[in-house]
Amino acid sequence: MSLDFKPDLGDFFKEETFRDDFTFKNSPAAIARFPFPFDRDDYMYSVNMEPHAPGRPGSVFEKTFDVDEHYVSEMIDRAKVLAEDPLRCQSLPHMTLAGWDLLELIMDSNARDYPQWFSLHKNGNQWHWINRPLGIDQKFTFLDESTLPYGPMEYITRQMQGDFSLQDERDGNLWMDAGMITTQADWSLDFDVGMNFMEWHAPVPLAHEKQIFDRALKFLLKLQNGAPVRRFNWTMTVNPLLDTAPETYPKWGPTKTTLTQDNLGSKQHLRVELQALFRLPRSNAIAFSIRAYLGKFEELVTMPKWGRRLHRVLRDIHPDIATYKGFIRNQPAMVEWLAKHDDGKPTSPGWWPTPE
Amino acid sequence: MSKTIFPPSIKSRPVYATLEPRPGKAHVVIADGEGADALGEMLDKAPDRAGMLAAMHILYTPGPNGTDLWAKVQGFGAAQTYRAPTIPAMLPRLGKVVSEAHMGTQFYVTGTEGLMGQAEREIMMTGLPFDAVQKEHRGSTLRRVQCVHCKGITENVAMDPFVCSHCGLSLFVRDHYSRRIAAFQGVNIDAEDPGLVPAAVERFK
Repeated sequence: MSLDFKPDLGDFFKEETFRDDFTFKNSPAAIARFPFPFDRDDYMYSVNMEPHAPGRPGSVFEKTFDVDEHYVSEMIDRAKVLAEDPLRCQSLPHMTLAGWDLLELIMDSNARDYPQWFSLHKNGNQWHWINRPLGIDQKFTFLDESTLPYGPMEYITRQMQGDFSLQDERDGNLWMDAGMITTQADWSLDFDVGMNFMEWHAPVPLAHEKQIFDRALKFLLKLQNGAPVRRFNWTMTVNPLLDTAPETYPKWGPTKTTLTQDNLGSKQHLRVELQALFRLPRSNAIAFSIRAYLGKFEELVTMPKWGRRLHRVLRDIHPDIATYKGFIRNQPAMVEWLAKHDDGKPTSPGWWPTPE
Repeated sequence: MSKTIFPPSIKSRPVYATLEPRPGKAHVVIADGEGADALGEMLDKAPDRAGMLAAMHILYTPGPNGTDLWAKVQGFGAAQTYRAPTIPAMLPRLGKVVSEAHMGTQFYVTGTEGLMGQAEREIMMTGLPFDAVQKEHRGSTLRRVQCVHCKGITENVAMDPFVCSHCGLSLFVRDHYSRRIAAFQGVNIDAEDPGLVPAAVERFK
């Protein structure tokens, strides 16, 4: 496979894989800033949205878009996924303007937040974008598709960790009419593209009955430009496989049967999605970024509070949620492994690793 | 309310009502199988049945379960009445009718989900206003299912699980419906335990 960029890892970015030999792991610094999603010892669906405001320095909330040590390797993995299956990136014809909005949001944010890695120079609509970690130097005309090698959404999201979808707003609903989805927790963009908010959430258990999606949709329709919001979602993944797509489920599904008490700590990953929603200025569409973080169980339990809490959450979770998230068959093994890291002490409120 | 009783819990499934006669310059009816009965009941409610029929174009095809009410459809005496042998054979003519429709044209789509989904997709692609299209489910609940793995569509699925007619994987039918594809989603049932396929049951008729 040929890449259309020339990566430069420097001394920050790691060379690692999310397939085949699965060499991915988190450095101690990455573990310390892992976005552990449970703020208490139990879990149920809720409309857990909060303003996406700059957060604690060093945390994944510090910047608009978090760029971390896995950036370059994740972009290589995305290029491989797209080469194997181009349907993972789709944009219905009316979504091009929203794609430009997204490109602008990302370029502005990253050039501001990471000047050592990204630069953006604007002279009217003549823009010059430099992405040093990926070795990209691109001059183009903003709003002129013919001056980029891909459509605007695909161009910029080939350079961004995490999945992105673009929602058109009409008829009092949000329609997922474009997306770059290669690090998904088992859902298909190709099947869901063109669906409205209720349709694409249809398979989620329990939450419909709790009116979660009605309330979330009402909330999102009021989303204002310049006031993004965020929430967490999470699931479980065996091996550090970013691309758990339904399309390839016959390939990765069997790995769920490979866990033992000896390998579980390194093979079983808590997969956390930091989801942020942005109202876009020209198109009035809503951009949805879904950034996946993988944490090995053995990495997470180095934070004693997280070890205790993860054990309690998984032990007591509603079986419908464990089934929907695809880990019900391994739940007993996970709980058995985690029990050794739960001494029964109380945990402090909130998700930060300290105080315990 | 729909006259077909569906099992609960399918939240992406469109909600079907009953057809109501609406004033319009032209009336396009797309129907299969038992949809002919829904059309008949709608005409019985029309304040100006003769006027409506004089501006009506009916496209009809037998249902996937073999129900063929062509004689009844012909008997309505619409300005144009057309019989296609299958849904795919109907689509080119429907495409032309839809592309030439004017504002004020009313669409009535009735019959199986496969027929309604494919007709609706054809109509949506033209950008016609959504509320100009009415749908009423009648007849078979056989499903049109897309394999999420190979993307091939298997028509008239009755059993669950079933074997994908394209790639041969055993699929279970997920209650997840795409209007764009006009199909439910089929997912490999024995991916985690290859070879362990439960006995198929007849879920759709």
